[in-house]
Amino acid sequence: MLLSRKWLDEFVHVNANDKDFAEAMTLSGSKVEITEDLGAEISNVVVGKILSMERHPNSDHMWVCQIDVGKEEPVQIVTGAWNIHEGDLIPAALHKSTLPGGVKIEKGKLRGEVSNGMLCSLKELKLEERDFPYAVITPAALLNDYHPLDPAKPSIPADIRPGDKVFGPVVCARVEAVKRAGDGRWTCSLSYAEQDGPSGAVVTTPCSNLHAGDLVAFHTKEEKICTLEDLHAQQAEFPHCISDGIFVLQEDCKPGDDIKPVIGADDHVVEFEITPNRPDCLSVIGLAREAAATFHAPLTLHEPMVKGGAEGSLCDLLDVETPASDLVPRYTARMVRNVKIAPSPKWMRERLRASGVRPINNIVDITNYVMLEYGQPMHAFDYRYVQGGKIIVRRAQEGEELTTLDGKVHTLTANHLVIADETRAVGLAGIMGGLNSEIVADTADVVFESACFDGTCIRKGALALGMRTEASAKFEKGLDPLNTLPAVNRACELVELLGAGEVVDGVIDILNFVPQPRVLPLQPEKINALLGTDVPVAEMQSILRELGFGVDGEMITVPSWRGDVVGMADLAEEVARFHGYNKIPTTLMRGQTTRGGYTSEQKLENRLGELCRACGYDEIITYSFISPTCYDRIRWPEDDPRRVSFKILNPLGEDTSIMRTTVLPSMLEILTRNYNYRNKSVRLYEIGRIYLPGGEDGLAVENKVLSMGAYGEDMDFYALKGAVEAILTDIRAADIRFETPSQPNPSYHPGRVAEVYAGGCLLGVLGQIHPLVAQNYGVDAELYCAELSFEALFAAKGPDPEYVPLPRFPAVTRDIAVVCGEAVTVGALEACIRKGAKGLLKEVTLFDIYRGKGIAEGKKSVAFNLVLRSDDRSLTAEEADEDVKSILETLEKELGAVLR
Amino acid sequence: MKEQLAKIRAEALAAMEAAQDSAALDALRVQYLGKKGELTAVLKMMGKLSPEERPAMGQLANEVRAALENALEEQGKKLEAQALDSRLKAEALDITIPGKTPRLGHRHPMYIALDEIKEIFIGMGFDVLDGPEIELASYNFDRLNADEGHPSRDWSDTFYFDTDSRVMLRSQTSPMQVRAMETRELPIRIIAPGRVYRKDEVDATHSPMFHQVEGMVIDKGVTMADLKGTLNAVVEHLYGKGTKTRFRPHHFPFTEPSCEMDVQCHKCGGVGCPTCKGEGWIELLGAGMIHPRVLEMSGIDPSVYSGWAFGMGLERTAMRRFKIADLRLIFENDMRFLEQF
Repeated sequence: MLLSRKWLDEFVHVNANDKDFAEAMTLSGSKVEITEDLGAEISNVVVGKILSMERHPNSDHMWVCQIDVGKEEPVQIVTGAWNIHEGDLIPAALHKSTLPGGVKIEKGKLRGEVSNGMLCSLKELKLEERDFPYAVITPAALLNDYHPLDPAKPSIPADIRPGDKVFGPVVCARVEAVKRAGDGRWTCSLSYAEQDGPSGAVVTTPCSNLHAGDLVAFHTKEEKICTLEDLHAQQAEFPHCISDGIFVLQEDCKPGDDIKPVIGADDHVVEFEITPNRPDCLSVIGLAREAAATFHAPLTLHEPMVKGGAEGSLCDLLDVETPASDLVPRYTARMVRNVKIAPSPKWMRERLRASGVRPINNIVDITNYVMLEYGQPMHAFDYRYVQGGKIIVRRAQEGEELTTLDGKVHTLTANHLVIADETRAVGLAGIMGGLNSEIVADTADVVFESACFDGTCIRKGALALGMRTEASAKFEKGLDPLNTLPAVNRACELVELLGAGEVVDGVIDILNFVPQPRVLPLQPEKINALLGTDVPVAEMQSILRELGFGVDGEMITVPSWRGDVVGMADLAEEVARFHGYNKIPTTLMRGQTTRGGYTSEQKLENRLGELCRACGYDEIITYSFISPTCYDRIRWPEDDPRRVSFKILNPLGEDTSIMRTTVLPSMLEILTRNYNYRNKSVRLYEIGRIYLPGGEDGLAVENKVLSMGAYGEDMDFYALKGAVEAILTDIRAADIRFETPSQPNPSYHPGRVAEVYAGGCLLGVLGQIHPLVAQNYGVDAELYCAELSFEALFAAKGPDPEYVPLPRFPAVTRDIAVVCGEAVTVGALEACIRKGAKGLLKEVTLFDIYRGKGIAEGKKSVAFNLVLRSDDRSLTAEEADEDVKSILETLEKELGAVLR
Repeated sequence: MKEQLAKIRAEALAAMEAAQDSAALDALRVQYLGKKGELTAVLKMMGKLSPEERPAMGQLANEVRAALENALEEQGKKLEAQALDSRLKAEALDITIPGKTPRLGHRHPMYIALDEIKEIFIGMGFDVLDGPEIELASYNFDRLNADEGHPSRDWSDTFYFDTDSRVMLRSQTSPMQVRAMETRELPIRIIAPGRVYRKDEVDATHSPMFHQVEGMVIDKGVTMADLKGTLNAVVEHLYGKGTKTRFRPHHFPFTEPSCEMDVQCHKCGGVGCPTCKGEGWIELLGAGMIHPRVLEMSGIDPSVYSGWAFGMGLERTAMRRFKIADLRLIFENDMRFLEQF
């Protein structure tokens, strides 16, 4: 919401600069985003009057002007613009002045002539033609400015003289004199010699670039001075006959006046972020009320007065029906006749522009002005297109078509509310008017609609059509139905003020609701108890009164525009806002103390993270949603039941459209990204969720998974396995086994993958990613991943350790190396060693695997270090040897492994 | 004999002092004190002396022996020290060669920020709750007083899983307020961090998935002054003692009164700079007194109990804490980024 401070000043006078105003309003609940001084960039620019102008002696297109800038002596300024004349009031940027865009003006010489500043165009003052429609420049084609496109083939001879034929009835004429004709037009005396002798004409023209001595193309039959268009000429042929030029002022001002108030740049605009509960603050009056309460300044509201008296009776002219009464709490309308469509006055255009609304014409501008001032959207439509003089507010018929003002055709449903006449829809209620009833230049009679529509209906309708408008944005928040009448009266008052038409007496006002003011008890103790304050009752009452609440002792009547205030807490907020949030004391919590802390699951989660980091893995955060094609990339079969995922019906894109049932694609994506960034050695982990169908209430089962991923130097299957083992050891998971998956896992290398078990419980899987999967991700390297279920890890977590006495007797160590077939695994050998031992074996550690010279083809030598010890005596070598002997026998018998 | 002893003594002591290593010294020990050593030989001749001469000569011989042994030991120690010295010199390292660092992993910056916040609240007696991300709209909206019509319920803002808009990706951690009220005993003091989802395209400040932490206290006699006191204490923990804060009125459907809390800009100290967009303050979190209707809907009597709640974005907190300029870095997981924390 943009607020013009000049406009605000009409209702409440606040004596504060922008910064203080913004801070105070922000702290009372109307958050200010930015403030802007519209004229901040303009300085030392004044109104000037052109006393005289002469052609520049050294230039074919410049003028040397003497300008009255309100000082004793005129100043000389050189300009290249041709649309000015003696007597014109123009903006003059003097020596050492500044203009929008950081432009600085200083005096200087232009081709030898002193210029003490610059005359300004609209653009140079950051204005548009819409802001000052009268400043539009229509250039005539001046033959003395003719520059042929091809110098060899000029269309007009360089030595053309008055009386020479240009083409057909168009002849060259000399401008003898130019006089102001009023209404932005000029009277020109022309002279041209025809064959019969000298001849002349006096014509009125809108062209403003004419001066005595200029040669023009005169259309003798149409009696007009030709423009470029009339000559079918290109701009390049007449480089100085352009629609750009100096902004010639038609304002009530005199030489020397500061330009800022003249062009409306003396205003300051404040942009507010208005929360959705306060649609009343989307208006100048609403913000004025807040400002009045914030600064304890009196609020002066204005009662619209309409003279009326136009011909005809409203009852005869217009009939309104609201069959969809549930969606139309109130429909108010008035009529204006003999409308004269014109630009609206400067003050109105300035305020609209300051509020971010483009001026269009007086009637449309009035509706926008009232919407900004009252927060009540208004619509004006052309009465002649209301068939049968009847307005019907109804639900649209299924499939009914309507073209809105923006030219778009919409097919409607019964969920849309339309304004219709007897035969067809003429507007989308609360959203946008119909093209078929638009206000146009020859509109004579206008209906002003000021209605209150159901917020949800408008919101859904606008959303379904994808056209959220200024009006719909207001309606959807729920507007005050008591606002429609003052708003429509204000519109009619403005019509009369602007002389834009005649207002028909009477108002059509259909009320489909019963106004019921809400009355609440003040409950000051409860308010203070909630806030932790001791604000006196009188202060509470005074705050509420300033905000427009009815205060009768401790009975509070909520104003109609404050639909958000329904209970004690809401009143407490009003009190707090204006007492000051920052005056509420700060206290620490009292009451029963609670212990607080992490649950054992959370502690494990923290610990797992610490362990991963201790193993050199960096933590990552990945999106929970993935692309359905991810399942293909990790080579899950088409019919894999794990592909059944929660599917987002309105995703941002295909890539983020389903909730992952596996963390693997997320990890692979990040590994790939790092690989593509040429990061050499990468180790990553995440404790993330997977989302499986089948939870309570149609929700997901959200399981956490510890995922680890790595590639690069020193990374192989055993490095990853070692990290997993370290983690499992730390959490004292017992009976850990690594097994080849019973069902092939298509995402992993079939020979480098293991399922991890703690006892009978599957913890997860780890291994090298299948080369085809890596290829699917465009990675030409060995990728390693582990996926461990957090729930399973939590279940496998061992109890606190119990101290085991340290050994009191020395151990005997023996190294053995056995030769066995390639198919025999180290795991099998180890198990066999433990089985063969007779109770003294404490530790078995693999220390070498050897293939090659001295070992037969298809065999390998595997060496273990054995630690044997008794808890109750020192072992003798013989005792140890006996155990080793038994171990070796078992190895040979069961696995065919013989001592090397 | 006396002369002999004096000669041995002089020669031996000189030789010992001149010995350059322990082997030479050992040879001297053998030469003089060994079984066939020179001094031993002289001593063997003691028997030939007269009984009168013997005591004096014996004493002299013992003195010489003691002197030699002493010299041997002295020189031995000296040589040992020299040997150690030269060994240490030889072993000296270039200590500027980089160490063999075990590679430690790094905590993600978002989680570093979250961990700090968790620790602060746990210290104040809060529990940490975890809840579903695929959530019922009734928990995310209705039970939080954001009824049908609330703009954030639009399909343009929130991700849905069914055409009835019943199941959705939570757009805030606030449904955890409702879940906590449903499942926990009063009084309640909880925080609930986690992932939330909104339909925002990815850019430098937006992501369709991000993290929030929700906090809530419900007890008898809880006031807005408590809210301010607690959150101020949290800010002092996070940003240092004496950090200035301010509370601004705001609107959330599930709190009344509602506020936003700003901290004074650390860069400019409140004067206004690009970091705080000229305002002097940086928005930190939203908070408020739990709306009586929200309490009522979860079966808590608002005339007996009151409470406050807050919600804060974690990425923004982490970005501010570590001066990370672009939100996309948080989810890109480039190792060169992660390693910095």
